[in-house]
Amino acid sequence: MKRRTFTKLTAGLSLAASLFGTTAMAQDNMRIALVVKALGIGFFEAAAEGAEEAAKELGGVEIIYTGPTDTTAEGQIEVINSLIAQGVDAIAVSANDTDALVPTLKKAMQRGITVISWDSGVAEEGRQMHLNPSSNALIGNMIIKLAADHLPDGGDVAVLSATTTSTNQNIWIEEMTKVMGNYPGINVVGTVYGDDLADKSYREATGLMQSYPDLDAIIAPTSVGIVAAAQAVVDAGKVGQVNVTGLGLPSEMAGAIENGASQSFAIWNPIDLGYSAAMIAHALASGAATAEPGAEISIGRVGTITLDESTSAAMADPFVYDASNIEQFKSIF
Amino acid sequence: MLKRLLTSREALLVGAIVLLLALIASRFPAFITPANLANVFNDTSPLILLAIGQMIVILTKCIDLSVAANLALTGMVVSMVNVAAPDLPILVILAIAVGLGTLLGMINGVLVWKLAIPPIVVTLGTMTIFRGIIFVISDGKWVNSHEMSAAFKAFPRTVLLGLPVLGWIAILAVILFTIVMTRTTLGRAFYAAGGNPHAATYAGINVGKTQFWAFTISGALAGLTGYLWVSRFAVSYVDIAGGFELDVVAACVIGGVSIMGGIGTVAGALLGALFLGIIKNALPVVDISPFWQMAISGGAIIIAVALNAQANRKKGRIILKRAEQVS
Repeated sequence: MKRRTFTKLTAGLSLAASLFGTTAMAQDNMRIALVVKALGIGFFEAAAEGAEEAAKELGGVEIIYTGPTDTTAEGQIEVINSLIAQGVDAIAVSANDTDALVPTLKKAMQRGITVISWDSGVAEEGRQMHLNPSSNALIGNMIIKLAADHLPDGGDVAVLSATTTSTNQNIWIEEMTKVMGNYPGINVVGTVYGDDLADKSYREATGLMQSYPDLDAIIAPTSVGIVAAAQAVVDAGKVGQVNVTGLGLPSEMAGAIENGASQSFAIWNPIDLGYSAAMIAHALASGAATAEPGAEISIGRVGTITLDESTSAAMADPFVYDASNIEQFKSIF
Repeated sequence: MLKRLLTSREALLVGAIVLLLALIASRFPAFITPANLANVFNDTSPLILLAIGQMIVILTKCIDLSVAANLALTGMVVSMVNVAAPDLPILVILAIAVGLGTLLGMINGVLVWKLAIPPIVVTLGTMTIFRGIIFVISDGKWVNSHEMSAAFKAFPRTVLLGLPVLGWIAILAVILFTIVMTRTTLGRAFYAAGGNPHAATYAGINVGKTQFWAFTISGALAGLTGYLWVSRFAVSYVDIAGGFELDVVAACVIGGVSIMGGIGTVAGALLGALFLGIIKNALPVVDISPFWQMAISGGAIIIAVALNAQANRKKGRIILKRAEQVS
């Protein structure tokens, strides 16, 4: 802010008052800094695109897309320090380290800057709220929904997970089991573990197709497993019979969508994530909402989030990727 | 002669494999259809190729823990080459894979030969270095199925006489190395260098150089497998074949290759790899709890090795026989 004021001074505009506080800048744009893990990563470039979209929608908002050149906490601390010096209104950060950024972000909050984390969170004392891309319950529901959507008459599905001890996958499968009642006719015949190794996942997927010749879908809530299962289906000549779905990245799954081994799969949408982070930062910085447990914050076209007791919130259902949008996203992440 | 044949390790292993297949068939009959057995052989081919190389290294009293990392690095390089130049003929890709693998194997070999560093230390080091290099050249990114050219992915899958090329390559390697190990001076030198290094030196064999060649062959096979692996699974990233070196060593040990050097055959390595490959392919279909699968794999290895150790035990010579009789 000082530098901007200085520029204006040199331009001959005598606005001495603005040197003494932010009040004189009230009619100026609100500046929201989107701090990412590192610059040059497709996922974050897409998030920045979403944030710009939010800025356009809100009006009077300027997005500063920034981050270190490599994914280090030290780099992010430097970037945040310079943002504090510039006096931005809000910082939305996807952190490289949960704890290392806390002192710097605390300093920012003391200066009246709104601080939120998104995607990859910081410890509770270092931010006002955290935005998760999704929640375990939403993911659990989504993975079975993806399979069920292509099986209107019901059918047999199997789960290909990571390791028997992978916390995330186990929770998602547990959440999936809870909502099975909503999908009558869909029958989960088994859960196998590919240990997140391409060769073992491939073998397990092949084994599933042998053990259950009538299998209709393989649900793989892991990025290694879903790619290996798709390849196994292609090699077994079962494209069209067995649909591979679950969680994967568009760049890795583009081939499987192209050859038909996978009808659709899901993962968060980075554009929506950046959009929502900007919306929340704006709502908190402008005082339209406060970050406290139970608070509801509107995030425009994506919907509404509710903060839980640790002031974190889940954005939305994972985003579904299929033949219609894979081209757009495969180069992003 | 017949007795020797029946008690040989290879015969024992064949028996164990037949028993294993019968056991699996009792739970899942479709497993022993010829088509499925061809699939299992095809799936085990990478393990067979690496086990042959590893066997030669172990024969010379060394061990090569870098084979899986070599495979992953070569796989990443050829897939990146394929992305950069999709029209490059497969023969060139194969040459790059074997060439790079050979070079990486030579690095191991030179360190063991010229600097006399213990092989386990050398290959532990190069294993980490190779994985590190993959990260550096790929930036941690994956090379995915849709980025690879169709020809690149099709080569190991092309079916000739009911078996994919991948399987045929393993068969060719088995034949080639059986000849090398039994009919050439180099092959005999491997046995001599590991069986009795001192005697080998007196017989005019350069033990260090022999070990260098062993690492070179192991590297070449790992490089070849690198291409076959990434094209078979149509994906390449830093962690592919993670921990696979242990499977390779296990296959050798099951196949009766003595970890002390000097004892082992190509047929043994082949059967050891097949034994592991059959277990790996059968476990998903015989409906055993995944929580038990690892324990079963490990148990099979221990049993096989225990049998080997039993068979390998040298018969104690009775000295002081007369004293025994007196007392």
